[in-house]
Amino acid sequence: MLVLIEQSLNGLQFGLLLFLLAAGLTLVFGIMDFVNLAHGSLYMMGAYFAATFVAWTNSFVLGILLALGATLLLGIALEFIALRHLYGRDHLDQVLATFGLILFFNDAVRLIWGPAGLSLPLPAWLTVPVQIVPGVFYPAYRLSIIVVALAVAALLYIVVMRTRIGMLIRAGASNREMIGALGINIKLLFTLVFGLGAALAGLAGLMQAPILTVQIGMGENILILAFVIIVIGGIGSIRGAFMAAIFVGMIDTLGRAFLPDLLRTVLSSAAASTAAPALSSMLIYLLMAIVLVVRPEGLFPAAKR
Amino acid sequence: MKKAFWLASATILALAQPALAGDTIKIGFVSTFSGPTAVIGNDMRNSFELALDHLGRKMGGKPVEVIYEDDGQKPDVGKQKTEKLIQSDKVDFVVGYIWSNVLLASLKTAVDSKTFLITSNAGPSQLAGDLCSPYVFSTSWQNDQTPQAVGTYMNQKGVKSVFLIGPNYAAGKDMLAGVKSTFKGQVVGEEYTVWPSQLDFSAELTKAKNSKAESIFVFYPGAAGVQFLNQYAQAGLKGQIPLYTAFTIDELSLPLQKDNAIGVPGAQQWVNDLPFPENKKFVEDYRKKYTGLRPTFYGAQSYDAANLINSAVVAVKGDTSKKDEMKAEMEKANFKSVRGPFKYGNNHIPIQNFYLQDVVKDADGQLSLKTVATIVKDDQDRFHDKCPMKK
Repeated sequence: MLVLIEQSLNGLQFGLLLFLLAAGLTLVFGIMDFVNLAHGSLYMMGAYFAATFVAWTNSFVLGILLALGATLLLGIALEFIALRHLYGRDHLDQVLATFGLILFFNDAVRLIWGPAGLSLPLPAWLTVPVQIVPGVFYPAYRLSIIVVALAVAALLYIVVMRTRIGMLIRAGASNREMIGALGINIKLLFTLVFGLGAALAGLAGLMQAPILTVQIGMGENILILAFVIIVIGGIGSIRGAFMAAIFVGMIDTLGRAFLPDLLRTVLSSAAASTAAPALSSMLIYLLMAIVLVVRPEGLFPAAKR
Repeated sequence: MKKAFWLASATILALAQPALAGDTIKIGFVSTFSGPTAVIGNDMRNSFELALDHLGRKMGGKPVEVIYEDDGQKPDVGKQKTEKLIQSDKVDFVVGYIWSNVLLASLKTAVDSKTFLITSNAGPSQLAGDLCSPYVFSTSWQNDQTPQAVGTYMNQKGVKSVFLIGPNYAAGKDMLAGVKSTFKGQVVGEEYTVWPSQLDFSAELTKAKNSKAESIFVFYPGAAGVQFLNQYAQAGLKGQIPLYTAFTIDELSLPLQKDNAIGVPGAQQWVNDLPFPENKKFVEDYRKKYTGLRPTFYGAQSYDAANLINSAVVAVKGDTSKKDEMKAEMEKANFKSVRGPFKYGNNHIPIQNFYLQDVVKDADGQLSLKTVATIVKDDQDRFHDKCPMKK
């Protein structure tokens, strides 16, 4: 039972991290109808900025705040310089251009920081395990990811559902032409949304950095999961991204945790330990396939006219 | 007129033929030069280049040409690059191969074309056993050997139980099988993770912690080793469940692992401080030539590979068409390995010592690896009986 609690926390933590990445992607895809493959690069840049600023300032919190600001600015600059010119284009053009950006960012990072990668050490107060219920110790840092991500999710909910900007974002997701026709500065809105998405990706990257290493191409594998999530959740829907991210995080982690033992009851031990990791990494794609068949618009689609 | 045209064409074609064997010694080098594990490939290339410098960039009196190809850590790409090197570049040797799955995919191409393949890292069990070939030599080890040495060391320490974690690919399975073959205590759990995409080991660490095992053994080469050690420390397991490793801590990962690596033992057939003159020369010149970098075991094995090839080429005086003679010469291992004692078994896998290594702060205040003890002497892999080649 205690193991189940701990593994669920692992799943929740992974899911929330994926949510941060997917939220930006779904906003940009849903509202601007723009496919941004370079979203993973912003995730990587967030991690590199954090590693650099933490080393400069010698303060974990300050370094992370600076990195967050830097990723936001980078996102806005990227939108302004490059992506703005691609909005009217075909999705294929956008895919090609943003794929080019992935290559650009990977090589820029190689030039600036070198090929070996960086590490982002945690301050001592985040490296100790915390007792959450008697008998269950959980890494403080993973717990802090859960807290931060939940806070960001709540904040995002309030912004999107309760503010004027949020109303425009929602309106943009439903019908872009109409809000443009009503005299809303859609260019500014897009820049803002893209910056927000970039900052969320950066946040995901920098929070993941102490657990993993900061390295070139770190955003590419995880971006696939983010796309799976926005497909499952419904494109353009923050709520959908949230629910789907938690689903995916849970399925992935619990699958890895319990599937091998489950398989061992039917298969030989050796076959089970080989098949289990393969099968558990397939589970989320199976989920996506089922969702696409049953509800092609996703589980929680953004309201469309 | 027509005749003249044909004649001219034929002449041009004849001139355009690739240089015939005899002008240069051509070596193809397949390793990973892009992506997160490119640092390993770079270290292998650096060491191979250093060996060529030491040989005067000549073998048997002929200039050496090396063509480096990137496998991107993917078996299909590695196979394509091997085919390209053998079929269109017509190399005399293919060298390199970090990853066991890449090597296994590329093996048939080399063996079928009777091109010598020198693996300077990967050592899948199949290669030592029924897939062994007269044209394949290793300057590294068979995958199981290093973890076997770790298992032996754990017995010496009196460890009663272990939880095993490793990546789900050819080498990962060999590594865990290797520990199991020598470790006398109880194996309470065994987990494989998706390779190379899975980098978060929270589920596995939670299971290890709850298994009440006395120790954990892992095999995570490259950046995954950094990530594993990070997460192991963050989960508060350091000091609670001791960690034993194979190929997880090296000179490339240490600068990122930092203090997390202190006190985590591992086994290796080569350590930078081994007291042999060839090794001192290798380590010192490497650090001189590549400022700020330190050689790893991957590099040491590649350095040895260049010297092994040289011994064969010298024996035939540069005539690389004499394959049987080159094979016979390489079987003698007639070169000075930087790791010290080195000879070949019937399956062309080295018979060698394995050392216990520990992480210490060196004279420059930098973390480095240090030889602590010899765990096993003249160790031969456990698959050599399955190899049809006999001595």
